Amino acid sequence: MAGNNTSAKKSRWAAGVTPYAEMGYYNADYEPKDTDILCAFRIVPQAGVEPIEAAAAVAGESSTATWTVVWTDRLTPYEHYQAKCYRVDPVFGTDQYVAYIAYDLDLFEEGSIANLTSSIIGNVFGFKALKALRLEDMRIPPHYTKTFQGPPHGIVMEREYLNKFGRPLLGATVKPKLGLSARNYGRVVYEALRGGLDFTKDDENINSQPFMRWRDRYLFCMEAVNRAMAATGEIKGHYLNVTAGTMEEMYERADFAKELGSVIVMVDLTIGYTAIQSMSKWARRNGVILHLHRAGHGTYTRQKTHGVNFRVIAKWMRLAGVDHIHAGTVVGKLEGDPNAIRGYYNTLRANTLEADPSLGLFFAQDWASLPAVMPVASGGIHAGQMHQLLHYLGEDVVLQFGGGTIGHPDGIAQGATANRVATEVMIQARNEGRDFLQEGPEILAKAARWSPELRKALDVWKDVTYDFESIDVPDAVPTLTVS
Amino acid sequence: MRITQGTFSYLPDFTDEEIKAQVRYCLDNGWAYSIEHTDDPHPRNAYWEMWGLPKFEMGNLDEAMFQISDCREAFPNHYIKLNGYDRTKGRQTTTLSFIVHRPQDEPGFHVERTETHDRRIQYTIRSKARLAG
Repeated sequence: MAGNNTSAKKSRWAAGVTPYAEMGYYNADYEPKDTDILCAFRIVPQAGVEPIEAAAAVAGESSTATWTVVWTDRLTPYEHYQAKCYRVDPVFGTDQYVAYIAYDLDLFEEGSIANLTSSIIGNVFGFKALKALRLEDMRIPPHYTKTFQGPPHGIVMEREYLNKFGRPLLGATVKPKLGLSARNYGRVVYEALRGGLDFTKDDENINSQPFMRWRDRYLFCMEAVNRAMAATGEIKGHYLNVTAGTMEEMYERADFAKELGSVIVMVDLTIGYTAIQSMSKWARRNGVILHLHRAGHGTYTRQKTHGVNFRVIAKWMRLAGVDHIHAGTVVGKLEGDPNAIRGYYNTLRANTLEADPSLGLFFAQDWASLPAVMPVASGGIHAGQMHQLLHYLGEDVVLQFGGGTIGHPDGIAQGATANRVATEVMIQARNEGRDFLQEGPEILAKAARWSPELRKALDVWKDVTYDFESIDVPDAVPTLTVS
Repeated sequence: MRITQGTFSYLPDFTDEEIKAQVRYCLDNGWAYSIEHTDDPHPRNAYWEMWGLPKFEMGNLDEAMFQISDCREAFPNHYIKLNGYDRTKGRQTTTLSFIVHRPQDEPGFHVERTETHDRRIQYTIRSKARLAG
């Protein structure tokens, strides 16, 4: 750290550079207030930098500090506005530390994720005295939570709206994700929905390309959705992706989707926090469910010592107000340690959470009755894993089988039926009190005797697993990937 | 046409023993159960007719099965469903809902299209036929 190491401590207000820890950004005696926003940062200090000084620097640079002493601090009750690091723990067996920092509520604008994030992760990640930095978790107090309305519908309202209870919802992303014409695309939607799925979905990069413009896609998809509703007597939906280059275009697309009677639209995380909050308000105003694809998150959520943990993104998105968010599969093709994912799912669905290091939860969290977000599990999952999916992810989840529906050898509708049969038979077994995780393969095999659709699916995908070591795991538990 | 609303419509129709097992699951969770029937199974019909009040007290399995059987006798040509309901804070909603009886002939639905402008279509889902009472 720059600064002096002289034994005589200089005055707090002497011009020049003073260690952050000595300017009030570290206070081991500070007791966080109920109204404070708390953060846990994983820090790796540069060689020669004391961990406490590095942690105090994070507190300083994410609140009032600049690199040198400024007399204008004295025009303010600066102690109030300074973030305070109150605890620094070494992470055993590494060069990492976890720094706990408290921020007063007055530092943040009400109802603005943009402001919250500009404050907390705005500047500090480029700070030279740190080798690496990661925001691991945040405690959002009810006082701040209550400045947001959260999900426009939430899990309870979504289920009542769709008239679907007691089982995971099922979806599929239309594949191939690029290149289908609108009419061919709608065919996939129709087949998957009439076969038994509740939802189909645009992929994150299906917006409005030369091979298929958005308006044409919407028209064909809604024909497919309505035909499937008549064929099954169930409510069906297709997540029409309204992601576009400007808010005006997104509103135009969302309005058209609503006018055609779509129950749901989707946006990508890449549109930005403010755009998401705007679309949330649109979704509440218009009674349309809002699905969020977390496109791009892996660039900053995956590496253990860099970026922002997904559990923090999950909290921001529950505040910002989305009804669905992709949150991992445990067993599929994308990164996901079972304990970390349980932590994300709990964060999205529960009203109150206790701190639990084994799940990566650094703080207790009280959501103050903010509606819950439906987690979405998508990426490399299939019917043969149903017992594991139900065990790890529970019932309030959308399970999305893209390849696992469209890749069925007998057809898309048959793939959808296989997934629906597998889901229902596993819920039946669970409700009957059976040990469905252990007996899962047997339960599926038995259903496959009367369901040719399920039998074919199990035959085709029986050997598909993604057995890689997880990268982002909580500190307290051994690394494990479920196959 | 087999309507596929409800938690278990893709499985073969449940036997009475299988229905009982699901009622037991509701009771074990402290959920109320209720029975409803309709001649209008439109996907957006949220209000089927109630066959008595939801059973909030610890009902028993035999009683539930009697109620279902009475309802079947009274409305052999209706759809009948059994619902579980969880009153706990934050949930306060239906937790299980499945069809326990179907009319012998399920007429199903068709789509009515009203073509408006610029290729827009307004869709209406209609029953193909009203069920006999």
